[in-house]
Amino acid sequence: MDYQTPQKPSTGLNEGPLHDTEPRPITEDLPLRRSEDLLLNMGPQHPATHGVLRVVLELEGEKIIKATPDLGYLHRGVEKLCEGLTYQQIIPHTDRLDYVCSMSNNFAYVRAVEKLLGVSIPERGEYIRTIIAEMQRIVGHLFWLGTQALDIGAMTVFFWTFREREALLDLFEQICGARLTMNYFRIGGVHADLSEDVIRKLQKFLKEFPLKIEEYDRLLVNNRIWVSRTKDIAVISAEDAVSFGLTGPVLRGSGVNYDVRKAEPYAAYGKVDWEVPLGSNGDTYDRYWIRMQEMKQSARIISQCLEKLPEGPILTDVPQVVAPPKEKVMQDMQSLIHHFIIFTEGFRPPKGEVYCATEAPKGELGFSIVSDGSPKPYRLKIRAPSFVHLGAFDHMARGYMIADIVTIFGTYDLVMGECDR
Amino acid sequence: MSQEIAQKIREAFPGEFVEANEFRNDWTVVVKPDRIVEIARFLRDDSDLAFDQLSDVFSVDYPGRAERFEVVYQLNSIPKRHRLRLKTGLREDPCEIDSVYPVWKAAGFLEREVYDLMGVRFRNHPDLRRIFLPEDFDGHPLRKEYPTEGKGWRNSFEFLPTEEPQT
Repeated sequence: MDYQTPQKPSTGLNEGPLHDTEPRPITEDLPLRRSEDLLLNMGPQHPATHGVLRVVLELEGEKIIKATPDLGYLHRGVEKLCEGLTYQQIIPHTDRLDYVCSMSNNFAYVRAVEKLLGVSIPERGEYIRTIIAEMQRIVGHLFWLGTQALDIGAMTVFFWTFREREALLDLFEQICGARLTMNYFRIGGVHADLSEDVIRKLQKFLKEFPLKIEEYDRLLVNNRIWVSRTKDIAVISAEDAVSFGLTGPVLRGSGVNYDVRKAEPYAAYGKVDWEVPLGSNGDTYDRYWIRMQEMKQSARIISQCLEKLPEGPILTDVPQVVAPPKEKVMQDMQSLIHHFIIFTEGFRPPKGEVYCATEAPKGELGFSIVSDGSPKPYRLKIRAPSFVHLGAFDHMARGYMIADIVTIFGTYDLVMGECDR
Repeated sequence: MSQEIAQKIREAFPGEFVEANEFRNDWTVVVKPDRIVEIARFLRDDSDLAFDQLSDVFSVDYPGRAERFEVVYQLNSIPKRHRLRLKTGLREDPCEIDSVYPVWKAAGFLEREVYDLMGVRFRNHPDLRRIFLPEDFDGHPLRKEYPTEGKGWRNSFEFLPTEEPQT
C-alpha cells in the first residue's frame, strides 16, 4: 500500500462530489480560508466544572473570544428558605453552601448572628474556632490542589492530597461526628470540645504536614507540562481584581494585600503570628503558590493555638441565646423548659442590619442579616466568593486557548453549591 | 471615622442624603436613588473614602412601605480598611435604578442576581438577564408575596397531572 498518496490541498470550501476527478482550479477570487466563529457548549455535566456549571464559549479557531457562564443548576433558594427558619435552624443549611469547607460557612454565619446579637465568645471557644477554621482551610486548599492538578493532567497529586485530607476529615469526624456537613459551630461558641486524643493526633499531623507540602511542590513545580499550563494563564491585574470584587487567594495572587483575618482580626487571629503570602503576576501559578503558602501559615496558626489553648467554657453564658447543656436538660425541669423554648421559639435579636465578613478558603464569605426583631431573619443575604469570582470569568478567559479553560475554572476554586445557593 | 464618611456624603450631595445611622459599628448611609452612580463614583474616587470594592448588592422587600424595595450596596475599602452600607429606597412602579457597573465591575453579576430574584431593574446594565432561574420563570422568588410552599411555577407544566388518576 502506498502511504505517500499526495493529498489534494483543501480549500476549505465545499469542493463538490468526491468522484470529481478533475480538481477544480483555484482562482484568485476564491478565499483560501474560511473563518467562522464557533459556539461551543461546555457543561453542565463536565468533570472539570466541579459541579454543574455551564459555559457557552465563543471560539475563533482555538482562541476564546467570549465565555458566558450559565448558572443556577444548583439553585435551591437558600436565602428564601432562611427567611422561614429560626437562627439556629439555618446553621445546617450553611453547611450545604460550600460543601467542601462547611466549617468555614458555619463560622461565617454564626459570626454574623453573634455580631447582630452583640454576644462575645469565651476564649477557649475562640481558639477552638480558629483551629477548626484553619484545619478547614487546609482541607479546602488540599482539595483544590488535588482537583486542579487532576484537571490539568497531573494525577498523582490528587491521591497524595486526598491522603492528607482524609487524615483531617477523620479528625473532624472525631470532633463532631461528621466528615463533610459538620454543623459544628453554635451561636455563642462551638458544640463540642477538643479531646486530648484529637489534640495529640493534630500535633502529629502538623509535624508531618510541612514535609508533605514539599512533596506536592516537588511533584508539580518540576513538572514542565503543569508549569507551562499554569504560568501566565488567567492573568488579572490588581486593579481589575479589586473592581471585580475578587477576594481571597485570587485577589492576593495579583499582589493586593488584603486578608479579612488581618484587616479585621477576629477569633484568635490577632493573638498569633502569621503572614499573608502575596503573589505578583496574578496568574494561576501565583495563586497555586499562595495556596501552598497559606497551608503552611494555617499549620503555623494551628500549632500556636494548640500551644496557647486556654482552659474554660466553649459556649458563652447567655441564656437567651444558648441552650443549657444536655446533661442538665435530662435532669432539671427548668433546663428542659429552657431547652424547649430555645429550640421551638428561637431567640429574638434586636432590630437592625449587620454585614459580617469572614475569610473563607475561597475568599471573603459575608453574611448580611436584616433583622426585624422576630426569631427569624427578615432577609439573609450570602455574599458567596465563588459567585462574585465567576463574574470575572469572561474577562479572565478571553484570549486564551480552549485547552486553558479548565485551568481558568480551577484557578478560582469554585464550588457551585455556594455559587448558586 | 465612619461618621466622617457620612458627613462627607452629606456635604457633597446635600439633596440626595436622607439619613445615616450606626448599628454594631456598621455605618449605614441612606440616599435617594436618582444620582446613585454619581454618589458611587464619588465614594470610589474620593481619596479619604476610597471604596474601591463593591462587596455585595442585595435588595430587601418591605411590602407595606411606599418605597417598597430597598437596594443595599455593601462597600469595602481595601486601602483604608473600612466598610460602608449604602442604601436607597425604590418605589414598586417603576422599580428601576441606574446600574453601578461603570463604577464597580462586580455589579455585573450582583445586580443580575437582584434582578432575577427581586425584580429590580438596573438601567444601563450591560447584560441584564436572569442569572439563576430560567428565562421563562414567572415571578421573583425573594419578594415577600412569593409562596414558600406549593409547586408554584411548576404548576404550569403540562406533564404534571392536575387531577388524581382514577383507580
